[in-house]
Amino acid sequence: MNIDPFLVAFVASLVGLCFFCLYRAWRGPTVADRMVAIDILGILVVGLCPLWAIYARTTYLIDIALAWVILSFVGTLALAKYLGGQQFDE
Amino acid sequence: MSDHAGLAVIFIGVLFDLFGCIGLVRLPDLYNRLQAATKCVTLGTCGIMFGVFLMQGFNELGVKALLAIPLIFVTAPTAAHALARGAHISGVSLWKKSLCDAYAQDKRRTDKGKPAS
Repeated sequence: MNIDPFLVAFVASLVGLCFFCLYRAWRGPTVADRMVAIDILGILVVGLCPLWAIYARTTYLIDIALAWVILSFVGTLALAKYLGGQQFDE
Repeated sequence: MSDHAGLAVIFIGVLFDLFGCIGLVRLPDLYNRLQAATKCVTLGTCGIMFGVFLMQGFNELGVKALLAIPLIFVTAPTAAHALARGAHISGVSLWKKSLCDAYAQDKRRTDKGKPAS
Protein backbone atom coordinates (compact mmCIF):
# COMPACT_ATOMS: atom_id res chain seq x y z
CA MET A 1 0.00 0.00 0.00
CA ASN A 2 1.22 3.46 -0.83
CA ILE A 3 1.29 5.39 2.43
CA ASP A 4 2.68 8.67 1.12
CA PRO A 5 -0.70 10.46 0.68
CA PHE A 6 -1.63 9.62 4.28
CA LEU A 7 1.66 10.98 5.57
CA VAL A 8 1.27 14.17 3.56
CA ALA A 9 -2.27 14.58 4.91
CA PHE A 10 -1.09 14.10 8.51
CA VAL A 11 1.79 16.55 8.09
CA ALA A 12 -0.53 19.09 6.49
CA SER A 13 -3.04 18.81 9.31
CA LEU A 14 -0.29 19.22 11.92
CA VAL A 15 0.95 22.34 10.13
CA GLY A 16 -2.63 23.62 10.20
CA LEU A 17 -2.76 22.99 13.95
CA CYS A 18 0.46 24.99 14.34
CA PHE A 19 -1.46 27.99 12.99
CA PHE A 20 -3.99 27.53 15.82
CA CYS A 21 -1.10 27.84 18.27
CA LEU A 22 0.25 30.88 16.43
CA TYR A 23 -3.20 32.47 16.68
CA ARG A 24 -3.14 31.99 20.45
CA ALA A 25 0.41 33.33 20.63
CA TRP A 26 -0.72 36.39 18.68
CA ARG A 27 -3.95 37.07 20.58
CA GLY A 28 -3.06 35.77 24.04
CA PRO A 29 -3.99 38.37 26.64
CA THR A 30 -1.18 37.53 29.05
CA VAL A 31 2.45 36.53 28.70
CA ALA A 32 1.73 33.06 30.08
CA ASP A 33 -0.79 32.43 27.29
CA ARG A 34 1.88 33.08 24.69
CA MET A 35 4.29 30.80 26.52
CA VAL A 36 1.71 28.00 26.58
CA ALA A 37 1.11 28.46 22.86
CA ILE A 38 4.80 28.28 22.00
CA ASP A 39 5.26 25.21 24.22
CA ILE A 40 2.38 23.41 22.50
CA LEU A 41 3.74 24.50 19.13
CA GLY A 42 7.04 22.82 19.99
CA ILE A 43 5.33 19.56 20.91
CA LEU A 44 3.35 19.63 17.65
CA VAL A 45 6.52 20.09 15.63
CA VAL A 46 8.07 17.19 17.53
CA GLY A 47 5.16 15.05 16.36
CA LEU A 48 5.57 16.34 12.82
CA CYS A 49 9.25 15.46 12.48
CA PRO A 50 9.08 11.61 12.38
CA LEU A 51 6.16 11.69 9.92
CA TRP A 52 8.18 13.83 7.57
CA ALA A 53 11.19 11.58 8.16
CA ILE A 54 9.18 8.54 6.99
CA TYR A 55 7.98 10.47 3.95
CA ALA A 56 11.46 11.67 3.02
CA ARG A 57 13.14 8.29 3.80
CA THR A 58 15.68 9.91 6.09
CA THR A 59 16.43 9.45 9.80
CA TYR A 60 18.08 12.64 10.95
CA LEU A 61 14.79 14.50 11.49
CA ILE A 62 14.02 12.41 14.57
CA ASP A 63 17.23 13.72 16.14
CA ILE A 64 15.88 17.24 15.63
CA ALA A 65 12.67 16.13 17.36
CA LEU A 66 14.54 14.75 20.40
CA ALA A 67 16.62 17.90 20.71
CA TRP A 68 13.51 20.05 20.33
CA VAL A 69 11.78 18.25 23.23
CA ILE A 70 14.63 19.03 25.60
CA LEU A 71 15.13 22.61 24.43
CA SER A 72 11.40 23.34 24.69
CA PHE A 73 11.33 21.88 28.19
CA VAL A 74 14.31 23.90 29.41
CA GLY A 75 13.08 27.10 27.80
CA THR A 76 9.56 26.84 29.19
CA LEU A 77 10.85 25.93 32.65
CA ALA A 78 13.23 28.89 32.73
CA LEU A 79 10.54 31.32 31.57
CA ALA A 80 8.07 29.90 34.11
CA LYS A 81 10.59 30.36 36.92
CA TYR A 82 11.21 33.90 35.75
CA LEU A 83 7.47 34.57 35.64
CA GLY A 84 6.91 33.17 39.13
CA GLY A 85 9.94 34.76 40.74
CA GLN A 86 9.09 38.35 39.94
CA GLN A 87 7.28 38.93 43.21
CA PHE A 88 9.67 36.97 45.44
CA ASP A 89 12.51 39.43 45.44
CA GLU A 90 10.52 42.52 46.30
CA MET B 1 -0.11 -5.02 7.97
CA SER B 2 1.85 -3.00 10.53
CA ASP B 3 1.56 -0.07 8.15
CA HIS B 4 -2.21 -0.11 8.66
CA ALA B 5 -1.91 -0.34 12.44
CA GLY B 6 0.67 2.44 12.51
CA LEU B 7 -1.45 4.71 10.33
CA ALA B 8 -4.48 4.09 12.57
CA VAL B 9 -2.51 4.98 15.72
CA ILE B 10 -1.06 8.08 14.02
CA PHE B 11 -4.58 9.11 12.99
CA ILE B 12 -5.76 8.84 16.60
CA GLY B 13 -2.77 10.90 17.68
CA VAL B 14 -3.48 13.64 15.16
CA LEU B 15 -7.11 13.64 16.33
CA PHE B 16 -5.97 14.19 19.94
CA ASP B 17 -3.72 17.02 18.74
CA LEU B 18 -6.72 18.56 17.00
CA PHE B 19 -8.81 18.45 20.19
CA GLY B 20 -5.97 19.96 22.19
CA CYS B 21 -5.52 22.83 19.75
CA ILE B 22 -9.27 23.51 19.66
CA GLY B 23 -9.13 23.70 23.46
CA LEU B 24 -6.15 26.03 23.25
CA VAL B 25 -8.06 28.43 21.04
CA ARG B 26 -11.57 28.19 22.48
CA LEU B 27 -11.34 27.85 26.27
CA PRO B 28 -11.80 30.97 28.41
CA ASP B 29 -8.77 31.41 30.65
CA LEU B 30 -5.13 30.40 30.95
CA TYR B 31 -5.55 27.46 33.30
CA ASN B 32 -8.29 25.80 31.25
CA ARG B 33 -6.24 26.26 28.10
CA LEU B 34 -3.14 24.87 29.74
CA GLN B 35 -4.95 21.78 30.97
CA ALA B 36 -6.69 20.97 27.69
CA ALA B 37 -3.75 21.68 25.45
CA THR B 38 -1.06 19.97 27.48
CA LYS B 39 -2.89 16.73 28.18
CA CYS B 40 -4.32 16.25 24.71
CA VAL B 41 -1.20 17.26 22.82
CA THR B 42 1.08 15.13 24.99
CA LEU B 43 -1.01 12.02 24.42
CA GLY B 44 -1.46 12.83 20.74
CA THR B 45 2.24 13.28 20.10
CA CYS B 46 3.02 10.09 21.99
CA GLY B 47 0.45 8.33 19.79
CA ILE B 48 2.18 9.64 16.69
CA MET B 49 5.53 8.39 18.01
CA PHE B 50 4.09 4.95 18.78
CA GLY B 51 2.52 4.77 15.33
CA VAL B 52 5.88 5.59 13.76
CA PHE B 53 7.41 2.80 15.83
CA LEU B 54 4.74 0.37 14.61
CA MET B 55 5.38 1.36 11.02
CA GLN B 56 9.16 1.27 11.17
CA GLY B 57 9.95 -1.54 13.61
CA PHE B 58 13.31 -1.78 15.32
CA ASN B 59 15.40 0.36 13.02
CA GLU B 60 17.02 3.70 13.75
CA LEU B 61 13.90 5.81 13.29
CA GLY B 62 11.55 3.48 15.16
CA VAL B 63 13.73 3.07 18.23
CA LYS B 64 14.35 6.80 18.49
CA ALA B 65 10.61 7.44 18.19
CA LEU B 66 10.04 4.93 21.00
CA LEU B 67 12.72 6.71 23.05
CA ALA B 68 10.93 10.03 22.58
CA ILE B 69 7.72 8.75 24.23
CA PRO B 70 8.91 8.72 27.89
CA LEU B 71 10.83 11.93 27.25
CA ILE B 72 7.65 13.75 26.20
CA PHE B 73 5.60 12.11 28.95
CA VAL B 74 8.02 13.43 31.58
CA THR B 75 8.88 16.86 30.23
CA ALA B 76 5.59 18.26 28.88
CA PRO B 77 3.46 17.96 32.09
CA THR B 78 6.37 19.21 34.18
CA ALA B 79 6.72 22.30 32.05
CA ALA B 80 2.96 22.88 32.15
CA HIS B 81 2.87 22.54 35.93
CA ALA B 82 5.72 24.99 36.40
CA LEU B 83 4.03 27.38 33.99
CA ALA B 84 0.71 27.23 35.83
CA ARG B 85 2.45 27.86 39.15
CA GLY B 86 4.43 30.77 37.76
CA ALA B 87 1.35 32.29 36.19
CA HIS B 88 -0.61 31.96 39.43
CA ILE B 89 2.16 33.60 41.44
CA SER B 90 2.54 36.40 38.91
CA GLY B 91 -1.15 37.18 39.31
CA VAL B 92 -2.91 35.88 36.18
CA SER B 93 -6.57 35.91 37.18
CA LEU B 94 -8.96 33.01 36.84
CA TRP B 95 -12.05 33.01 34.67
CA LYS B 96 -14.82 34.98 36.38
CA LYS B 97 -17.14 31.94 36.48
CA SER B 98 -14.54 29.74 38.20
CA LEU B 99 -15.90 28.21 41.38
CA CYS B 100 -12.87 27.93 43.67
CA ASP B 101 -9.15 28.65 43.71
CA ALA B 102 -7.62 25.88 45.80
CA TYR B 103 -4.04 27.04 45.34
CA ALA B 104 -4.84 30.53 46.69
CA GLN B 105 -6.62 29.00 49.71
CA ASP B 106 -3.65 26.74 50.30
CA LYS B 107 -1.21 29.64 50.14
CA ARG B 108 -3.34 31.65 52.56
CA ARG B 109 -3.44 28.74 55.00
CA THR B 110 0.30 28.19 54.94
CA ASP B 111 0.92 31.92 55.36
CA LYS B 112 -1.32 31.95 58.42
CA GLY B 113 0.44 28.96 59.99
CA LYS B 114 3.85 30.50 59.56
CA PRO B 115 5.28 32.62 62.41
CA ALA B 116 5.51 36.30 61.57
CA SER B 117 9.05 37.18 60.58
